[in-house]
Amino acid sequence: MFDDFFIRALFAGLGVALVTGPLGCFVIWRRLSFFAGTLAHSSLLGVTLAFSFDINISFSVLLISSAVALILLRLQKTTKLPSDALLGLLAHSSLAIGLVVIGFLSYIRFDIMGLLFGDILAVNKKDLLVIWVGGAIILLILKLIWKPLFASTVNYELAEAEGMKPEKINAVFTILMAAIIAISIKMVGILLITGMLIIPAAMARNLANNPKQMIIISIIGGLLAVVLGLYSSLEFNTASGPSIITAALVLFILSMFNIRKFKQLKK
Amino acid sequence: MSLNNNILVKLENTGVMLDNKWLVKGVSLEVKKGQIVTLIGPNGSGKSTTAKIALGIYKNIEGKVEKYTDKIGYVPQKISIDWTLPIRVSDFMLLTEVLTNDEINNALKLTGVDHLKNNDLRNLSGGEFQRVLIARAISKKPDLLVLDEPVQGVDFKGELALYELIKEISEKLGCGILLISHDLHVVMSATDHVLCLNGHVCCSGTPQTVVKDSKYKELFGDRASTILSVYEHDHDHTHSPDGTIETKK
Repeated sequence: MFDDFFIRALFAGLGVALVTGPLGCFVIWRRLSFFAGTLAHSSLLGVTLAFSFDINISFSVLLISSAVALILLRLQKTTKLPSDALLGLLAHSSLAIGLVVIGFLSYIRFDIMGLLFGDILAVNKKDLLVIWVGGAIILLILKLIWKPLFASTVNYELAEAEGMKPEKINAVFTILMAAIIAISIKMVGILLITGMLIIPAAMARNLANNPKQMIIISIIGGLLAVVLGLYSSLEFNTASGPSIITAALVLFILSMFNIRKFKQLKK
Repeated sequence: MSLNNNILVKLENTGVMLDNKWLVKGVSLEVKKGQIVTLIGPNGSGKSTTAKIALGIYKNIEGKVEKYTDKIGYVPQKISIDWTLPIRVSDFMLLTEVLTNDEINNALKLTGVDHLKNNDLRNLSGGEFQRVLIARAISKKPDLLVLDEPVQGVDFKGELALYELIKEISEKLGCGILLISHDLHVVMSATDHVLCLNGHVCCSGTPQTVVKDSKYKELFGDRASTILSVYEHDHDHTHSPDGTIETKK
């Protein structure tokens, strides 16, 4: 069954969507969209390091993304710059360093486009295993830390006061973010992973009225976007990663439409 | 068992410095089971800061904090819910605790907002939200309640009823309460121990001793010291959440 490249792509996409759904909700709630983008940008450096030292790409991306996240936390404490400036600084400098390092690796032919936009159709069985096993672990951890994570998302001080240990939980959450980027970078690419995190969750926000509902709708939206995007990329012969994101956007627009109609009905 | 076992939280000579400025300094206090300790003082005198020190929210502090319980209910002075969060009152009640449906209903009923259970948290009025905050803090039957101006924005009738409720809860649950309030009438009538803050502890003791302290008069003016005499009377009635008066049996 997994011998067909399209089936592999489909299952890879579904696996990623299952994880980006709930994580994306937290990204929106905690206003971390730009943070997710920064981690994604820094992953280019992770990929180039993986090639330079011949180590596993996902592992190296996880390492670099986590390092960037830790540097960010450190800078937030020691400098007076606002977070968005720090994020911009880290995002673009790590992207730049990644591209500079690529220049030194002239003996390897890089597919920059593949890195930026991913190549879901090139997913092999091993990648599929990484996505599903890694994804399952991320979801399991997310389930375990749900209560303290949600509490510290709603109010940090309340969570701290009532023993939810938000500082530790935030660190775990950051690593989960780095992990999902690490396992999905090969498929959706650096520029589009943030879209996978944000767009289905944004769509879900339009429709949900409680947190758990928003997470479920976000997952369903992501799964739908993958199926619709991949089949239409097959139909219209378009790039598959961008097609998935476009499908997600279409779902988002539909969800806006839904709200307006709903409000009219209420009147 | 020693007396020590009744202590829930103990601050020894604590203080916080932020950007080279002391927010509050040299505060020592302890809250025991069944005791209501109140912090009073002008704006910016370090009341909320002291509460946060006791709660362990500030990490880099001077002095020592000893906590003897993890079951803590906190009503912060300020809390804002991000509009990106779709969250109902019932979800908020479950924020840090596992509660049954009945427990949620009971807590909300006590503060008079059970009809708002399925409402979006953002659509509540200031006073309603304050009642939900109190309900959430008491629903988990805490050992220690930290209430930072718990009745701000609550209507006049509700204010008295909520203070009655707070006192009732401290008696029923036997929990200790650290209260911050500007309402000197309430403070002086319902409190076991008062700390008067102004960046440091100006004076402390029972309400009766504090109102006689010259530093207290300096801080709050002469009229404040007459408060005790005004309010020293027995309650012959209680107030239900909607404000109607119920005669005590």
